[in-house]
Amino acid sequence: MRAPRWLDLPPAGAAVLALALFGAILAAAGKHPLQAYYDTATYVLASRQGFTELFVRMGPLVMTALAVAIPARVGLFNVGGEGQLYMGALFATGAALYAPLNGPLLLAATILAGFAGGALWALVPALMRIAGVANEAITTLLLNYVAPLAVAYQIFGPWRSPESSSYPQSHRIAEAARLPSLPTTRVHAGLAIAAACLALCVYVFNRTRWGLEMRAIGANRLAAAHLGLPVRTYLVVAMALGGGAAGLAGMAEVSAIQGRLVSEVSPGYGYMGFLVAWLAAGNVSRIVSMALLFAVISAVGDVLQITQRVPYAVVNILMAAILFSVLCVGPGARRR
Amino acid sequence: MAVPLIEARNILKRFGDLVANEVESFDVRTGEVHALLGENGAGKTTLSKILYGFYRPDAGEIRVAGTNVSFASPADARAAGIGMVFQEFSLVPALSVLDNVALFMPDLPRVPDRRALRVRIATAAKALGLELPLDAPVAALPVAAQQKVEILKQVLAGMRVILLDEPTKVLAPQECSGLFATVASLRAAGYGIVLITHKLHEALAAADRISVMRKGRMTATLAARAATREALLAVMFEGSPPQSAAAPAAQAIGAPLLQLDRVSTSGGAHATPLQGIDLGLREGEILGVAGIAGSGQRELGALVAGHERPRRGRKLFRGGDASRWTAGRMRRAGVGFVPENPLEAACVGELSVAENFALGERRYASGLGFNWTRVHDDAEAAFARLGVARPSLNAPVRTLSGGNVQRVVMARELGRAPRLVVAIYPTRGLDARSAQAVRDALRARASEGAAVLLMSEELEELFELADRVVVLRSGMLAGEFSRGSYSIEAVGAAMVQSDARTALA
Amino acid sequence: MTWTLVAATLAASVAAGTSLLYAALGETLGERAGIINLGVEGVMLVGAACACAVASSTGSPYLGMLAGAVAGVVASAPFAYAVVDRAANQLASGLSLLFLGFGASALIGNPFVGALIPPLPSVSLRMPLGEGAAAVRVDFLVAAALPLAGLVAWLLMGTRWGLRLRAVGENPVAAFAAGCNRRRLQYEALAIAGMLSGLAGAHVALGVAYTWAEFMTGGRGFIAIALVMFARWNAWWAVAGALLFGAAEAAQLQLQAGGVDVSPFLMNMAPYLLTLALLPFTGKAGRLAAPAALGRPYRGVE
Repeated sequence: MRAPRWLDLPPAGAAVLALALFGAILAAAGKHPLQAYYDTATYVLASRQGFTELFVRMGPLVMTALAVAIPARVGLFNVGGEGQLYMGALFATGAALYAPLNGPLLLAATILAGFAGGALWALVPALMRIAGVANEAITTLLLNYVAPLAVAYQIFGPWRSPESSSYPQSHRIAEAARLPSLPTTRVHAGLAIAAACLALCVYVFNRTRWGLEMRAIGANRLAAAHLGLPVRTYLVVAMALGGGAAGLAGMAEVSAIQGRLVSEVSPGYGYMGFLVAWLAAGNVSRIVSMALLFAVISAVGDVLQITQRVPYAVVNILMAAILFSVLCVGPGARRR
Repeated sequence: MAVPLIEARNILKRFGDLVANEVESFDVRTGEVHALLGENGAGKTTLSKILYGFYRPDAGEIRVAGTNVSFASPADARAAGIGMVFQEFSLVPALSVLDNVALFMPDLPRVPDRRALRVRIATAAKALGLELPLDAPVAALPVAAQQKVEILKQVLAGMRVILLDEPTKVLAPQECSGLFATVASLRAAGYGIVLITHKLHEALAAADRISVMRKGRMTATLAARAATREALLAVMFEGSPPQSAAAPAAQAIGAPLLQLDRVSTSGGAHATPLQGIDLGLREGEILGVAGIAGSGQRELGALVAGHERPRRGRKLFRGGDASRWTAGRMRRAGVGFVPENPLEAACVGELSVAENFALGERRYASGLGFNWTRVHDDAEAAFARLGVARPSLNAPVRTLSGGNVQRVVMARELGRAPRLVVAIYPTRGLDARSAQAVRDALRARASEGAAVLLMSEELEELFELADRVVVLRSGMLAGEFSRGSYSIEAVGAAMVQSDARTALA
Repeated sequence: MTWTLVAATLAASVAAGTSLLYAALGETLGERAGIINLGVEGVMLVGAACACAVASSTGSPYLGMLAGAVAGVVASAPFAYAVVDRAANQLASGLSLLFLGFGASALIGNPFVGALIPPLPSVSLRMPLGEGAAAVRVDFLVAAALPLAGLVAWLLMGTRWGLRLRAVGENPVAAFAAGCNRRRLQYEALAIAGMLSGLAGAHVALGVAYTWAEFMTGGRGFIAIALVMFARWNAWWAVAGALLFGAAEAAQLQLQAGGVDVSPFLMNMAPYLLTLALLPFTGKAGRLAAPAALGRPYRGVE
């Protein structure tokens, strides 16, 4: 059975449909969706904080989307962006606190450690996958639950700062290990890192032999292997690079935003990044617009939490509604 | 005379402008085997799919037991007692024989009584002389037994007419007698059988009546007893039987190129492991590999091309040990690979023809990207050399027809001027002209000094091309024949059992 | 380790294993029909939230349990439509369901944060091991777990419906030729799976936690998916797996209670790491047992 033609909506139409659905659900729960949407619009467009916050969130969203998009290029499903982000934060904090370095070298070590943490966390599923023992979609998901526990272990245990006993967190990291921010805002250099990574991906995917070979592997692994491409290497490297991208997002949260390791490093950026990448549907440059969309959605979540007194997690319904709208009625539903 | 079980009258079927079928009359009676004979592309399959409700005719009528019917789908045809056994079996490999048969029974109760079900199925099987292990998963059975499961399925599903589409294609010559015995018992039990085939001797041996099709039309229907080989050939080809190609010019067979030394492979879930293969291949030589489907042909190709490594034994290429070489290294050393399923195993459907030419080829590297001009030039030259029409180089391969995909892979692999070509069923699915172009290209490549390892389902093709034919059976070499000692009987015997040669002698 | 500790762990593993078993049995049915659902966790959360809401509002834990079951079916509906009728990617659709579950459960459960939830009535069965108070709390869902596993096994292997379902999951083309209604079978399997996942969530709320907390199922839905592979798509093996995985979860609580000095965070990793560690051992054999069409959208004619 096929859905009728009029249901084949463009993505913008899917977003509107999702907003309407979400509004209906909120209304049914006794909230005021129109007020919430209006509040969000004024917050985002008319307040300095609301506007700059979009850019604060786009950085990690782009990075976690790349964490999905790079492995997806070779046909792997990385659903573990959240865990990789936490591991990046953990490793970056470790380097910032304990690396015997100073000045820019300490910052470099922090950045590298963040990348390495995420990459290593993605390497486990990648190796299990090429050994043929477990599907990476499941292993990456499972590891999402382990990484925050590792962070919690450190900040409740060895790295715990004595300053605060009620709200556990690590020691503050050195100023030299902090990514610079724009004055008087929370917009930080992580956004520049994200832009650079994105540009690099666009170039590699579209202009190089590696890009074509990744596409070949993603589309037909068997033929690619028969043509002599090093398929396993590509799978492992793509997964590690993806994990590293998520790790960099975690590093930036610690190094630029918090200045220390806390238990809630991310409000689900890893999962949101999956959706961003999915909606971008293999088109890397569309990640930017989709990341913006999700930055706005998370602003909806903030506004809901403050003005409508519902948990932030409720905004997940809006995300699901958008994704289901695209999956179910979008023109590309059958291709995705 | 009794009313036919199924009858087609004045059938017309078009695909676009092409008239695929224009058939005045075709019928099958109770207790009759009616052979539908014709070359590939003569319209046999189209007609049978119309009878089976898969296609709807543009004009004409179909009567089942004298009543006009209009089948909207195969389900309607099955409800009317018309069943079809395709070349690709419609079985669920992981399920047992019992489950597969039960699945198709229209009167299966919601909660089947396993014991009663087993008795019923076993009884039906025994009546037809079919011996099948009811609890074994179908995947574990040889192809001939799977075919029996298909036939048993039709019988228990209450079919009265059974269409068999090229049923011997998947069988070794010696297994065919088993099939024809089954067909005979079906006939004796009053079933109507349509035997679709392009092999004259099968039609003559098994059928009561023979209908010959040519270019979509029914050219003759005659009683098998009155038919002769010559008469049938005349109607099949209108007096011009296909020219067998000229015998190959004597080729200079050169130095040893590939040597397999007691090679065994481990196989896998659906693979036939090779066992103790000893094989040599010289420059300029075409080595044919015969065997029934699934005897290790694919595995031998994979081993030579470097997709699989030997578990035991050695593979030597140009005198050096290549046992551990990767597929990429074998390719760079000059091995070309034309698989049976090119869209799955040899090219990436999402990429364009040109991109498929460029993949994995270091010589096209230019900076971090490719030299596309050179790729296009080389691709055009490769198609010209093969002598086939060139599809658009910018079209995604997935949008091409199956024959064109095959041509793309053939052009690419031969265009690399390989030292060794592994070709698995390279003419399958091609029209006669393209098949001939492929055969000519392989022969030309060999005369330029390349070795060719050719697997084919058509013994005639092997006999025409190969300097030597080896036979694979259950992953082992079961015979070797040199040009001059080829015969269908001898090679066929080796395909089934190794001692058959002495038995025949 | 004393016998008392072992007994306490076993007792706790029954409670922890019950919700795993319900979710795993549902997922087994879905996967046998060729559909992998990564959103089990989300469905469990919705089931738990609705069970809390209804049980707390009406005071009846049994009504809460029913609400969990119904909510599981309703929550699975968009996923089922996407994968069955729209041939959408199953992994992406499953994750969408996961997010839906996160959000919907947070919205539904929010008014009941801190509320007292009436637990499912239960009887305590003393463990015949060691001394002390180790006892298995047997409520309705615990008692029904084994018969349910038997029912699922019978449905799959003993009925025409199960035969057709397995055929659809193995070879949709052949199943279609056999006259199986793929859409209907897959919808039915996913509806039952949704119901069982909803009940799994309800048991976490009404049989273990007696309160609502966001994300309270804590990844059990993912463990259930791993468990299905571990059990090789077999309902009886799922029982053994659920007890084993439940024991891993229970052991940490017992070790802590027993005064063993291990960080609770490291202990909490145990079920996930155990699943990861076991996957390689189920994988090799499991791949042969896996439904052949699992995860592949059916794009053929119907």
